[in-house]
Amino acid sequence: MSTITAEPVTSTAPAAPRGQVTQARVLRSEWIKMRTLRSTFWTLAAALIALIGLGALFCTFTASRWASFNPHERADFEPTLTSLRGYFLAQLAIGVLGVLMITGEYATGMIRATLAAVPTRLPVLWAKAGLYAAVVWVVATVGSLIAFLLGQGILSSKHIGTSLSAPGVARVVFGAGLYLTVVGLLGVAIGALIRNTAGGIATVFGLLLVVPVLFEALPSSWANHVNQWLPSNAGQSLVTLHHQAHTLSPWTGFTVFLLYGLVALAGAAYLLKRRDA
Amino acid sequence: MIEAHALSKRYGERAAVTDLSFTVRPGVVTGFLGPNGAGKSTTMRMILGLDAPTSGSVTVNGKAYARHRAPLHEVGAMLEARAIHTGRTAYNHLLALAATTGIPQRRVDEVIEIVGLREAARKRVGGFSLGMGQRLGIASALLGDPATLVLDEPVNGLDPEGILWIRNLLKDLAAQGRTVLLSSHLMSEMSLTAEHLIVIGRGRLIADTSVAEFVRGAAGGSVRVRTEEADRLRTLLAGPDVSVASAERSVLEVSGLTSDRIGRIAADAGIALAELTPQLASLEEAFMELTRDAVEFQAPAREPALAKEGQAA
Repeated sequence: MSTITAEPVTSTAPAAPRGQVTQARVLRSEWIKMRTLRSTFWTLAAALIALIGLGALFCTFTASRWASFNPHERADFEPTLTSLRGYFLAQLAIGVLGVLMITGEYATGMIRATLAAVPTRLPVLWAKAGLYAAVVWVVATVGSLIAFLLGQGILSSKHIGTSLSAPGVARVVFGAGLYLTVVGLLGVAIGALIRNTAGGIATVFGLLLVVPVLFEALPSSWANHVNQWLPSNAGQSLVTLHHQAHTLSPWTGFTVFLLYGLVALAGAAYLLKRRDA
Repeated sequence: MIEAHALSKRYGERAAVTDLSFTVRPGVVTGFLGPNGAGKSTTMRMILGLDAPTSGSVTVNGKAYARHRAPLHEVGAMLEARAIHTGRTAYNHLLALAATTGIPQRRVDEVIEIVGLREAARKRVGGFSLGMGQRLGIASALLGDPATLVLDEPVNGLDPEGILWIRNLLKDLAAQGRTVLLSSHLMSEMSLTAEHLIVIGRGRLIADTSVAEFVRGAAGGSVRVRTEEADRLRTLLAGPDVSVASAERSVLEVSGLTSDRIGRIAADAGIALAELTPQLASLEEAFMELTRDAVEFQAPAREPALAKEGQAA
């Protein structure tokens, strides 16, 4: 910290090749940003612990109590969902980190450095959303598989486990990873729309967790038609083994959920282009 | 080269910048001056395409900033030092910015060296002092080896050594033929660093001139006269537009007459002068004179305030 004499800044010939901004380079830049923040690791670790740990916990609990279950409880028991139950908690961590991907930059002012480096702006949003979705997909899919296999291992001691080859099970296990991926995408999009951490997080979970509960209050003649189209209800139909009344079919539901995410992202892109940074 | 044409920016009802036109030329350090809230940062954000002008336009090297394919190589910017994620290390911050145009890691190490941050480069920015943050901001501005530099209040928070360092750095950069625009609300700093000045107040252009011209043209311009016959000279100088003040018995501060004229009058009367010095207004005074009507928040004149306090007590 003691260079009093300013060294010639360009002593070296053109120090940097005059490269242009490309989507691939922005992707690389965002990848550096993502892996150089501790919060990325801790939050994803929290999501994994929730996903795997809770599943193992519920399976252990069920296995140890199985002898005392009455026939009704035994009929209701669903080994796949029991081992994957943790995804419901994991979505909190993944949604929060998605919001932070964007609002962390607004809160610190970093966004101005980012947008000055990439003045066309949209490549930044695509890179953040795409990268985060890819990372979440890998982490959540691996996490779901581990949770499922670990859970079934625990349940098999009572011969009440299932396997990936059973009808619909693989769809549910991989569906949990896909559902969480869209939660992450929705987090990034809402973070970019709201540009404020607290507001972004509140909006994501208001939408995913609170809105379905509020809509329960509708008269059932309405609720039966409306509620299946709500984002999390639609998305979770992919993570349901047996189709229930008044829910969308698995892939229709997931497509609807994905569309919510993409529409939010399109809105974020439109505003990112228009608003002052 | 930065060119602003009739640049205006309104935030709702409030006009931040109004009809601002100026040109920042390469080869000299240009100071961008104005009281707090004058619209300096807004203008700089518009130069960098972060805020869109309500009307008018601003170009860098002939194009709107956002139209440059390799912006980091065109303009190096430091907009408020803390435009940096606090959870990341200085090195990783620079690495991420560099990646956007494929600037190699070697250049990141180079700029860290240039700003003297080698020891702190692997520490997270959240723990940086204000001065270290400024150095990091300057490092990111230098990354792409740009022909134009835009720095918002770069000396804020630097220690005297750091101020000297940045002053020399900026002069060197300008001497290499680069365009250097730096904002400040500190006149004294500008007089030492900048050659050219763009002064704004309440979002409007007040002056676009060289520093020397600015001081010369500013109000004040009294003449200090020292003579044993002060009282006699005083009567001779008296006139309708002339005011003479005297702090010491043998010293007169004359306003309203040039030093030539005073010298002539004294010679005609046979008065020997020990000193005859035109007083240049300091840059600070000149600035305050110019922007008096343009400061957004002004403390009430001192005497009434004191009187009120007296009444209260």
